[in-house]
Amino acid sequence: MKHFASTLAVATLTATLSTAAMAEVTIKVAYDADPVSLDPHEQLSGGTLQLSHMVFDPLVRWTKDLQFAPRLAESWEQIDDTTMRFKLRDGVTFHSGNALTSADVDWTFDRLKASPDFKGIFAPFTDVEVVDELTFDLKTSEPYPLVLHTATYIFPMDSQFYSGTTEDGKDKAELVKHGDSFASRNLSGTGPFTVTEREQGVKVIFDRFDGYWDTASEGNVDKIILTPIKEDPTRVAALLAGDVDFIAPVPPTDLKRVEEHDGTTLITEPGTRIITFQLNQNRVEAFKDARVRKAIDYAVNNAGIVDRIMRGFGTVGAQASPAGYLGYDESLTPRFDVEKAKALMAEAGYADGFSVTMMAPNNRYVNDDKIAQAVASMLAKINIKVDLQTMPKAQYWPTFDERAADMMMIGWHADTEDSANFHQFLTHCPDEATGNGQYNSGNYCNPEADALMAEANATTDQTKRGELLRKLEGILYEEAAFIPLHWQNLAWGARDGVHAEKIVNALNFPYFGDLKVD
Amino acid sequence: MLAYLVKRVFQAIAVMFAISLIGFAIQDNLGDPLRELVGQSVSEEVRQQLRDELGLNDSFVTQYVRFLGNALQGDLGTSYFFKEPALDVILKKLPATLELVMGATLIIVGLSVPLGVYTAIKPNTILSRLIMGISIVGISVPVFLTAILMIFVFSVELGWFPSYGRGDVVHVFGYWDTNFATADGWVHILLPSVALASIMLPLFVRLIRAEMMEVLQSEYVKYARAKGIRPYRIYFIHALKNTLLPVITVGGVQIGTMVAYTILTETVFQWPGMGFMFLEAVNRVDTPLIVAYLIIVGFIFVVTNTIVDLIYGLVNPTVNIARMGA
Repeated sequence: MKHFASTLAVATLTATLSTAAMAEVTIKVAYDADPVSLDPHEQLSGGTLQLSHMVFDPLVRWTKDLQFAPRLAESWEQIDDTTMRFKLRDGVTFHSGNALTSADVDWTFDRLKASPDFKGIFAPFTDVEVVDELTFDLKTSEPYPLVLHTATYIFPMDSQFYSGTTEDGKDKAELVKHGDSFASRNLSGTGPFTVTEREQGVKVIFDRFDGYWDTASEGNVDKIILTPIKEDPTRVAALLAGDVDFIAPVPPTDLKRVEEHDGTTLITEPGTRIITFQLNQNRVEAFKDARVRKAIDYAVNNAGIVDRIMRGFGTVGAQASPAGYLGYDESLTPRFDVEKAKALMAEAGYADGFSVTMMAPNNRYVNDDKIAQAVASMLAKINIKVDLQTMPKAQYWPTFDERAADMMMIGWHADTEDSANFHQFLTHCPDEATGNGQYNSGNYCNPEADALMAEANATTDQTKRGELLRKLEGILYEEAAFIPLHWQNLAWGARDGVHAEKIVNALNFPYFGDLKVD
Repeated sequence: MLAYLVKRVFQAIAVMFAISLIGFAIQDNLGDPLRELVGQSVSEEVRQQLRDELGLNDSFVTQYVRFLGNALQGDLGTSYFFKEPALDVILKKLPATLELVMGATLIIVGLSVPLGVYTAIKPNTILSRLIMGISIVGISVPVFLTAILMIFVFSVELGWFPSYGRGDVVHVFGYWDTNFATADGWVHILLPSVALASIMLPLFVRLIRAEMMEVLQSEYVKYARAKGIRPYRIYFIHALKNTLLPVITVGGVQIGTMVAYTILTETVFQWPGMGFMFLEAVNRVDTPLIVAYLIIVGFIFVVTNTIVDLIYGLVNPTVNIARMGA
């Protein structure tokens, strides 16, 4: 009886304190990893961006069909070739209670320019000029077509909160990689959630920010408990057993299970990460011949790999750009014709074939080692003998940097969500000074393609730019500059009643602020 | 006794030194930590600069001497991922692992004695054959498979037990949070403990059975039987005592092995202990943490082995301690 009375008292108290006395909505989320730091500028990774969308808010963000939606920036206009003027939303406050102003954007921009991970993306930008409290100009050194793309990476930080010194005399704004800094443990953003508790590698608790500006959002989640569960079977089991409400990713082997299980829903979307093989022309003379490269492309059955190894969980590709990107050309279709491949090999004088070495990671991309094995056996059919070696990603990347094999696997997702990015890192003539071609282990080099990219990157007219990038993709396809396989699909699992399909996207940062739970 | 103790301590120090050297030597082959610390499009130039800052470009000897100097002052380096001293990270994770080992030990001790004794006394009953058959399966099935199987049966299909994590823990002192204080904690620790015990339990059942059968053949048991002492008194008072001596020795050494097996169990059950942490550290190329883990687990092994030897000497005075140390 006493217990009942105290419960009643608490209930009455809660009812009087909050005007809308609703039950609190809590969801448990399990990801395969948790964010490395609370500092949004410490590492450019999916985990960091997922976190940023929960606790900070970008100036603009991507919609499901890869368009731009205003967030903290209400509107924008190009005022001259190198200046974009943004207008901030009025009445937005940070978790600390400070109001968001142009000065915060300026401060954040300077910090981004100093971040080792982000400064590459912000290289074309020179400055943020504050016009007034809520207006600022984002300036580039030359006309640049990706201003809005880049604005999706500007999550304004609370400049007052991050200024000054901590108790032990360290600068609060300090950006330390792999170190203990104020920003890596404390945060104040404008996002829908704040982090109230965090035990790295074990759990993170997010609580809804009462002063969140977006009151039009139908999101009704008050609390999110994020647990990193690295093991695929355990993560799936946690969802099926009802211990968590939302998981990502769902491994290909369990797609059916999650889909058919009562009470859970599978949500999938084509992703934007392309998986490819590069053919090293410096190591293998035959790879200099476009006919040989084409023969390899003809010999590899992309659709078969997606169908059997990926269990249908990939989108067959013939180019780097996924659908929706400016450079995507739907007329480029996957080549698969073993007879034609043999003919091309004979034409190039390699009817008897040759031997090559191949390397692939075995824990980086979905089924990476199995894909490499399949490709190796497909090449055997055109008399190319492959000596395959697979290794964990930790060992793979240093080996990749050494260009240690004739054929190497690499997957790529464009940080800028733009076609030119694929070319810049994967197929551009390698150039140490500019960093172009940093991941071009094939040493493919075509000045014409590079010129197209340079022109595209200085063209702000999107229609014209699209033409240039499509032409670029066409050249790479015609030359078989690399062997495209597929884009990895993305999969999330949710308990029924968690309307996650509306908040997920191809970029893989769910907008939890808008999540509605029954 | 004292001379033996001193000798063992020196041996232990030599072993620890060797472990640190090996641990440090392999870290170059674990991969490049920088790849895990930065995004994919960061330029090689920036990476080199960060490598310099971390001291990764120094020679092996420079790095090792620096490490050893710090280690002697209790500083095993700072984890890249946790951004805390590696020793602190491990000490924070240690209680969870020890509780798991404790849970498994309880199960092993509680079940292996009755099962071992029963199968020794009645070797030909159906039940005994069943127990021995299952124990063969138990030894041959890998821990992670047992664990995944248990999750699917008891969590997903039956819904009796939670599938991951530690549940509600109660703070005891320092870094120690315990599972044993709440019902939720007990429910969470049961499956992982059974999984961890699954590899050792059959071993102990078989060991106790073999020892017991041997003892039952001995003269003094026959004599006791002839004297008409009740069978249960013979089995549990006279025979069991002599059976358990070698079992305790093996048991002590196996505790160290069990700590090693926690890597698999903790990974599958998302148990926030140091085994799970170690596997994650390997994936992340968190070298300071990897080396620190190897040193601490090495330390646990060395200490338990030393203690077991000492206890063995105390329990069984016929063992010549002085000669053991030689």
